[in-house]
Amino acid sequence: MNDRVPDYAVPVRRRMTALAATATNYLVLTVGALVYVAPILFMIVASFKPDERVLPEAGTWQAFFPERTTAENYGDVFERVRFGRYMLNSMLVTGSIVGGGLVVNSLAGYALARLQWRGRGAVFRVVLALMILPLEAIAVPLFYETTLLGWRDTYVVQIVPFVANAFAIYLFYSFFLGMPKELEEAARIDGAGVWRTLVEIILPNAKPAFAAAAITTFLMYWGLYLWPLMVTTHEDVRPLPLAVATFRTLPPLNWGDIMAFAVMMVAPVLVVFIIFQRWFVRGVAASGMKG
Amino acid sequence: MTRRLNDNTPTAWPLVLPAVVGLVAFVAVPFLLALFLSLTNLRLGSPLPLEYVGLRQYVRIFTAPSFQRALVNNAVFAMVVVPVQTTLALALAILLNRGLRGMAIFRTLFFMPVVFPMALVAVVWELLYAPGSTGTLNAFLGTVTLGWWEPKAFLHDAFWALPAIMVLSIWQGLGFQMVILLAGLQSIPDQLYEAASIDGAGKLSQFWHVTLPQLRNPLVFVVLLTGILAFRVFDQVQILTQGGPNDATTTVMYEAVTAAFSRQQVARASAMTVVFFLIVLAITLGQRMLVREEREVA
Repeated sequence: MNDRVPDYAVPVRRRMTALAATATNYLVLTVGALVYVAPILFMIVASFKPDERVLPEAGTWQAFFPERTTAENYGDVFERVRFGRYMLNSMLVTGSIVGGGLVVNSLAGYALARLQWRGRGAVFRVVLALMILPLEAIAVPLFYETTLLGWRDTYVVQIVPFVANAFAIYLFYSFFLGMPKELEEAARIDGAGVWRTLVEIILPNAKPAFAAAAITTFLMYWGLYLWPLMVTTHEDVRPLPLAVATFRTLPPLNWGDIMAFAVMMVAPVLVVFIIFQRWFVRGVAASGMKG
Repeated sequence: MTRRLNDNTPTAWPLVLPAVVGLVAFVAVPFLLALFLSLTNLRLGSPLPLEYVGLRQYVRIFTAPSFQRALVNNAVFAMVVVPVQTTLALALAILLNRGLRGMAIFRTLFFMPVVFPMALVAVVWELLYAPGSTGTLNAFLGTVTLGWWEPKAFLHDAFWALPAIMVLSIWQGLGFQMVILLAGLQSIPDQLYEAASIDGAGKLSQFWHVTLPQLRNPLVFVVLLTGILAFRVFDQVQILTQGGPNDATTTVMYEAVTAAFSRQQVARASAMTVVFFLIVLAITLGQRMLVREEREVA
């Protein structure tokens, strides 16, 4: 794994083996990367092809190297459906879950990790127990509960149930638990109250936890399909994952349009992902460390 | 002041209250509601009065062929996807961890589908799975097997539909597990490998005796996560096959949602989600036991 031996000390035969190993390494990764890139490239290329050519050419080289390209499909998407509205809905819903969640869950995580209070043990046990409940396990009764509240076809029903998040609370809890106590104690001795200590000392030092929580909640809710399928019937509040599936069933079946929709849907997130990739990787890795 | 000096009860409660209210109202209450409803006969629009029926809903779902098939499908999905995806993720993580040039680009490529919503992945792969010799995957397999491959209607074929769903699920999820395992690999101290190598351990022996034991917790986590995901499968099935052909791709969640929404059988759907929860619970407890055992050894 870690060949730290200086080059001159390595016999020629071992160097040849190392070279072969490196070559195999690259070869395997390249083949894997092709498998990974092909569907994405296919999607992008198809979005720029005339509709009638997408399906007939799907099994030829033209699926990846088109003869004729057009941006027509992109215009067609906007003519046929309210793409901008879906994008707005998705950003509003996911943004509110992430933003609201950062406030609510970080405060709870902090109180659990750092403060002494009556009920702490009970709340902590509830958080741990609820962490293992996936949305699917409660989706049906949650649907009836929110319907009774009169929340169908709103943003509220897509946001409010997911703001408090046991997993995010635990993530903040373990981060605050590992933070050195000295800073806080110094602030307390200087007479700062809990709130001032929190705003001036804790929050500025907790950026990695906020980034990890933001990214994991974003990944959890950006692609949500089951829930909006259950609670929305109106396209005014419909988010992108549901909209792309609905667009696919909307006649006439134009694969070029569908792929243009797909590209526009994923492009903004992909750009953000590539710019902040390091944070995404850390966020996901941090969630793995919790175990 | 009668309170202990370090008691923060009045300040702490406002901090946790929003989270506690949210979790109780939208996680705990619905969960208890699921348990309760699963013991009733609730069906929306039915003239029958609501009554307690004991475990009758459970008996009904376990004797329904489509639900049995759903459980089998989820189990097959888990038994195939968990080992395949974990092995592939581990292999990629090890290759990426060798410190060669250009690894960041490869990591980006493999991790990219993680930001693709499953609904989008399903729609794109539907086109790749197009039936007939002009379908992308059919044409590719035809070329590499020099014409031996007979074109399949992947998503409409009782044998191929479930594997087709598995492949696109692996494609989408692999990067996530890979990143977790890569982080695990990077936290293994170099000294362990040096010591093993001084003791004369070869690469393979180092993998068995250093890498795997050190990677135990992330591996257990990845297996747990993939195992649970295997029982949550819904989006791709609803979009691509609607559980068909002949229940070949139906899943527990697909059955539950169809019961609740196409047939208004709320009680029956609740019983299915309770079964789903028990499976998730079993997987989680299994993981906790594995991790605890390791902690005791350490």
